[in-house]
Amino acid sequence: MLGSGLLQGLAVTAKNFVGSFHDPKRFVTTQYPEEKTRLPEAYRNFPFLVSENAEDPMGTLRCVACQICEKECPPQCIYIEKSKDKKPDASGKQQIYPAVFDIDTAVCMSCQICVEVCPFDAIKMDQVFELAATDRFTGLMLDRHALAKPNSYFHQLHPTEAAEVDDRLATERKAAEEKARAAAAAKAAAAAKPPAVPPPPPAVVPLPPPVPPAA
Amino acid sequence: METPDQIRDRLLSRFPGAAVSLISNPGPAAQHSLLLDAADARAIATFLRDDPGLQLDFCSNVTGVDWPDREIVETTRTSTPDPAGGPAKVVEQKTKRLQPGCLEVVYHLYSVALLHGPVVLRLRTGNRSDQVSLPSLTPVWRACEFQEREVFDLFGVVFEGHPDLRRILMWDGFKDHPMRKDYVEPDDYEWEPTPHGDVLAKAKRHYPTPAPAVVKEEPKP
Amino acid sequence: MSFSDPSPLSAAPGASVRAVHDEFHGDLLEVSMGPHHPSTHGVFRMMVTLDGETVVKLKPVFGYLHRNHEKIGENTSYLGSMPYTDRLDYLCSMTNNWAYALAVEKLAGQAVPERAEYLRVILAELTRLLNHTCLAGFLLQDCGASGTPLMYAFREREKILDLFESLSGSRMMCNYQRFGGCRVDAPAGWLDAARALTDGYGSFLDEYEALLTGNEILMARTQGIGCLSAKLAVSAGVTGPLLRAAGVAYDLRKVDGYGFYPRFDFRVPLGAHGDTYDRYMVRVLEMRESIRILQQALRDIPAGPIMDPKAKLRGFRPKPGEVYSRIEGPKGEIGFHLISEGGPNPYRYRVRPPSLINLTILEDLCLGHSIADAVVILGSIDIVLGEVDR
Repeated sequence: MLGSGLLQGLAVTAKNFVGSFHDPKRFVTTQYPEEKTRLPEAYRNFPFLVSENAEDPMGTLRCVACQICEKECPPQCIYIEKSKDKKPDASGKQQIYPAVFDIDTAVCMSCQICVEVCPFDAIKMDQVFELAATDRFTGLMLDRHALAKPNSYFHQLHPTEAAEVDDRLATERKAAEEKARAAAAAKAAAAAKPPAVPPPPPAVVPLPPPVPPAA
Repeated sequence: METPDQIRDRLLSRFPGAAVSLISNPGPAAQHSLLLDAADARAIATFLRDDPGLQLDFCSNVTGVDWPDREIVETTRTSTPDPAGGPAKVVEQKTKRLQPGCLEVVYHLYSVALLHGPVVLRLRTGNRSDQVSLPSLTPVWRACEFQEREVFDLFGVVFEGHPDLRRILMWDGFKDHPMRKDYVEPDDYEWEPTPHGDVLAKAKRHYPTPAPAVVKEEPKP
Repeated sequence: MSFSDPSPLSAAPGASVRAVHDEFHGDLLEVSMGPHHPSTHGVFRMMVTLDGETVVKLKPVFGYLHRNHEKIGENTSYLGSMPYTDRLDYLCSMTNNWAYALAVEKLAGQAVPERAEYLRVILAELTRLLNHTCLAGFLLQDCGASGTPLMYAFREREKILDLFESLSGSRMMCNYQRFGGCRVDAPAGWLDAARALTDGYGSFLDEYEALLTGNEILMARTQGIGCLSAKLAVSAGVTGPLLRAAGVAYDLRKVDGYGFYPRFDFRVPLGAHGDTYDRYMVRVLEMRESIRILQQALRDIPAGPIMDPKAKLRGFRPKPGEVYSRIEGPKGEIGFHLISEGGPNPYRYRVRPPSLINLTILEDLCLGHSIADAVVILGSIDIVLGEVDR
């Protein structure tokens, strides 16, 4: 019958209209900004720099200004200048630190490649999305003071990833400390006892002497 | 499907005067291609489309590649035996050879009827400046229409026999061909807070002192 | 002056409406539709010549969103191009990612673990659902059904985007695939959420079809409009649902069998007339087949690693070589042609854009139809300007 398809369609819209008052499956909108949806843990927006200590963010940045993220960033929105001097990092090792670390969030495309390539877990993705500025150049240009966020903040945003990173860093530091301790002990032992006997022969078989060129 | 070798042999027997050569692809994909000369390209393309054994009726992809002039350094070693009986004297000779550049158009053909492919065709222009025309394959495969226009626009290959050869992505008054390797973009620098590399050099030209890269940090209270 | 060859038309922007005097056929009217026209799906522009309301000539004008994606690709590392591929067809970033990752994997001869292949199939089919749902909404919007079908479509699309967001961190710019696998594994509960969505999608499609498929107005507006013959479709390189609506059984998931598609049982829907209604119907049926693939993939997905352990993120330099690789995207065949010279950047990086090449036949489809039908035909071709202009 001509018009039956139309009537069927109208029944669907009527069902949706009525359902939007009582059926929780059809309550799909939220009253932003009074009400906010919960962001998934993986949600990413702009990068921030992780610092170990909230009291002294500039002194405990994990970043060592290796400039890998600057090189890999596809839209080239990161600008880093290395420091001339060294400062002790969180584990007390002397490290170079970023004297200037700028991210132009007007250029950043939130691709997360800086996070993936960072070997020091120093840069992570933030979840702030209510960003607005009146000036494109100064307001959206974040320097290292604006970018530094403590590790506890990272735990708050991405708990699973942060726990994993902390475990890994702790293991790495422990291994490094043990290595350093072993090296120090070996050094001390070597200094205390000068070698009386010649060092033992190497385990590998030495190469035969080179054959002289045929006459 | 026949291998590119077999297709070349069949083409050579069908078109005795034509120059068809095989370009091998060293990568793991091993998609070897056939280099055609411009004069016979359209006849060969029509043959490939209509041949019952191949029926390459679907031209999937048309693209250009720019190969600028290259200087190739070849090292040849000649060893002359020492008449006195000593070790042979090895003389290294380096020769520089200029490999002339060209613009290349690549066609990837498949068969919808026989579900095989790809067969890769290549056409090369004489040089990159004045001998840049190639026969258009749009009369053979309609799919080339926009893609050849794009190659004309971005690389500057002129397709003879194309029904509507105009710029497609750049505007009509645009002069250069942006996909060429030696394309220099116009110097319309705008201030950027985080310039790098070439852009930083450009920034220094536009803003001699102080360079905008050095953004003074102001410690937060 | 003959009917089929009106006077050469001014392409000057601003000369939007200009009457062309023709002593034999009355006045032809040249209309510039776009680039800022709500029905052109972005910044697409058509120079349409009308005889009354009938289209006698139609020339598409491109380039308003051109950013030379290919040049950027040649100046960026292989990894750095991955987020840019999201921005080609920004509705289907997952399939763009896959097409590019597959091309680079073929170029470098890399393997992909089983779980990653399953995840890729799942994400690609979710993308197909998302794209076809949106397309049906846009098509109805172009027919004049303002709002309702599009909002229903967007409501469902949002559920899929939520899945993408919880997996990759972004709704549309996913940047998820990597050479040799996927970036992160699915978080806890993600696969169950995907199963729940897949199981519920069929009932949404039933509702959507009840709203649209039998609708007399939709049938009147789309049946017999813009018929595409199989011969022209193949010659013009038309791919995807358009080609199958014209009755050509050519689906790369079957033909090339990339990924793990040969493991799944699904059918390829074909149209009989090649008109706009067939293009709509083929997409609805493809969505049903996608649900079947999703159910099988979500049932069979194994545990295991998601990245090839030999894959390198930084300093990735494939050996010299060349590759052309293609997959069946929701809009058609999306291919990548890469030439490596052994450097960190590709020497040549080319995208085969299905949206652009599918537009080759736009004029052929629209000739002889009214201008209102041209809008519907354009809607049924399904373009995204990020990919057309690149």
